[in-house]
Amino acid sequence: MKPINQMKVVFPSLSSNEAFARSAAAAFVAQLDPAVDELADLRTAVSEAVTNCIVHAYADRIGDITLTVRLYEGGKVSIKIRDRGCGITNISQAMEPLFTTGGEERSGLGFSVMESFTDRLKVTSHPGRGTCVTMEKRVAQKIGRGREEDGSASSAGKGRSKKH
Amino acid sequence: MSYRIETEGDTMTAWLGGELDHHTAAQMREQVDAAVDRLKPHQLRLDFSGISFMDSSGVGLIMGRYRLMNMLGGGLTVTGCSDRVRKMLMLAGLERLNILE
Repeated sequence: MKPINQMKVVFPSLSSNEAFARSAAAAFVAQLDPAVDELADLRTAVSEAVTNCIVHAYADRIGDITLTVRLYEGGKVSIKIRDRGCGITNISQAMEPLFTTGGEERSGLGFSVMESFTDRLKVTSHPGRGTCVTMEKRVAQKIGRGREEDGSASSAGKGRSKKH
Repeated sequence: MSYRIETEGDTMTAWLGGELDHHTAAQMREQVDAAVDRLKPHQLRLDFSGISFMDSSGVGLIMGRYRLMNMLGGGLTVTGCSDRVRKMLMLAGLERLNILE
C-alpha cells in the first residue's frame, strides 16, 4: 500500500533531540486529526524508541537516528526509528518488561510502552550494524469518531478545515 | 523543565514541571537528590501536577527516589498525576508500591 504522505528526518543521538523527535512525529500525524489521547500515545512511543537509540544503540558515541513517519488511507500511521548503533543480540530478552542494561535509573519498560501504546511493534536488529523499530497505529480520524468525542473536541478544533 | 522545592515539618515536596523524558529526568534527579541530601526529610513528596508529558523515564525517576528514601529510612509519595501519567505508572505496576496519592 502506498502512503498518502510521508516524512523523514535524520538527527544526532543527543538527548535534547528526544523532545524534538516526538514533537516532529506528532506534528506530522496531526494532519490526520487523531484523538488527543492517540497522539499522546504516539508521542510517548516515539520518545521510548529514540531514548533506546541514545541510551543503548549509541551508548558511547553520537550517531544518526532516522525517523520516518508514513500516513496511509483509513488513518493508519507507520513510524520507523532506525539507528546504526551496536544492535541487540537478544531481542526477546530486550523486549521483556523490566529488563534493562541501562542501569538503576532506567525502568526497562521502553518496549512494553511501545507495545501497549501502539497496535503493532516490529524490531529488527543486526548486532554491530544497528536496529530498526517499526510501530503501527490506526488513529480514529475526527470524521469517523462518535458524536460525544466530536463535541468535546470541537471547541479545540474550531477554525480547522475538515477533510473531504 | 522546572522544579520547586518546599518543606513542611519533616516532609519535602518537589514540584516538577514540564516534559519528563530521559533528557530532563537527569536534571530533575540531580535537583531532587541534592535537596534531599541537604534537607534530609523523612518523607519525600513528588508533585507531578506540572508534568505535561512523561515517558518511562518518569518511572525510573520514581523508582530511584523510592529506593533512595527507603535507604534513608524514610518514605516516598507521588501526587498530582494526570490520567496520562497514571496510565504510565499503572503499566509499570507502581500502584503496588502504595505510593500514589
